[in-house]
Amino acid sequence: MRTTTGRFTPMHELSITESLVAAILERVEGRIQTVTLMVGRLSGVVGESVRFCFDVCTQGTRLEGAALDIIDIPGRVRCLTCDVELELPDTILLCTCGSANVDIVGGQELRIKNVEVMV
Amino acid sequence: MVTDLGSAREHGHDHPHDHDHPHDHDHDHGRPHEQRPEAAVTHQPSTRLVDLELEVLAKNDLLAARNRGWFEGRGILALNLMSSPGAGKTSLLERTIRDLSSELALSVIEGDQETLLDAERIRATGCRVVQINTGSGCHLDADMLARGLRSLDPPAQSVVFIENVGNLVCPALFDLGEHSKVVIMSVTEGDDKPLKYPHMFRAADVLLLNKLDLLPYVNFDVERCIGYARQINPDLEVLTVSATRGDELERWYDWLRQRVTAAV
Repeated sequence: MRTTTGRFTPMHELSITESLVAAILERVEGRIQTVTLMVGRLSGVVGESVRFCFDVCTQGTRLEGAALDIIDIPGRVRCLTCDVELELPDTILLCTCGSANVDIVGGQELRIKNVEVMV
Repeated sequence: MVTDLGSAREHGHDHPHDHDHPHDHDHDHGRPHEQRPEAAVTHQPSTRLVDLELEVLAKNDLLAARNRGWFEGRGILALNLMSSPGAGKTSLLERTIRDLSSELALSVIEGDQETLLDAERIRATGCRVVQINTGSGCHLDADMLARGLRSLDPPAQSVVFIENVGNLVCPALFDLGEHSKVVIMSVTEGDDKPLKYPHMFRAADVLLLNKLDLLPYVNFDVERCIGYARQINPDLEVLTVSATRGDELERWYDWLRQRVTAAV
């Protein structure tokens, strides 16, 4: 990946996007028109970076030119101190009661939901 | 059946047509088509939706599970060492190998973008080592590790240290099949690192806070750092060490010995 300054910028979204493209090509026949990807905010993956890599990674494949729809999923935790489930405003695993003793119940998704295939 | 996925993209209208009437493609797609009945028939939906519900990293996770089985079958304890560049992973390994090689069978997989420099440092200790250069890659993945292991061929009942690429972001996401993730942080970094890189500290099993010998010279609050780390990961074990001066390394070695006993 080259930035506008021409420097080499490694990031995990590049290999994640490569995995995404490979996984679809392995499982789905035909030309792909749309990919719908679920990206949780606690997944450690930035949806916009995947989008940045997507055009590069799909070049010369049956996904070239496909649209990438990203479903953004906020983090959700269950607090083990006060037994409340809540949506997180950021990526810090803290309950509003101040407890960090929480179980993550949502927002770690990094999943291909579906693809739209030309017929 | 076409399902509207809410995309804002324009309808490209490049699907194959089998009708022979001329028409222009510039018309507004935002309102229903007004078409002759025979034309409407040929404008059947031209895509189908395939539900996948597939984890993007499923393949890496599968290969990691394979590595995990490979380690278990041989009674090998595998540790994934991660840190930012310069936190002291290689120095910690050099010291650990020197202190424990008479007691434990150790080998190392070195991950770096380029050069054999770290592998040469490890080799100088007499330890078995394989270098993986990831090129532009910012982390090791399970497939790279599997290939590295074939080349390393570690003995049964041994310890394999996997020194990941220096990076507090990407390696956290890729399961290698290791038993434990060890994060190394040094006091020359900011004590708020755990809050800035929460994924790494959440994924870790143990945090080694290194370069204790430099504490007098830097503005670093050990307790605050540990507090931040436990705020991210309440179960995180924390060991404070100096790999160069040797402070409190015995606690790290005890941690290792306990894991070895459980693994082999």
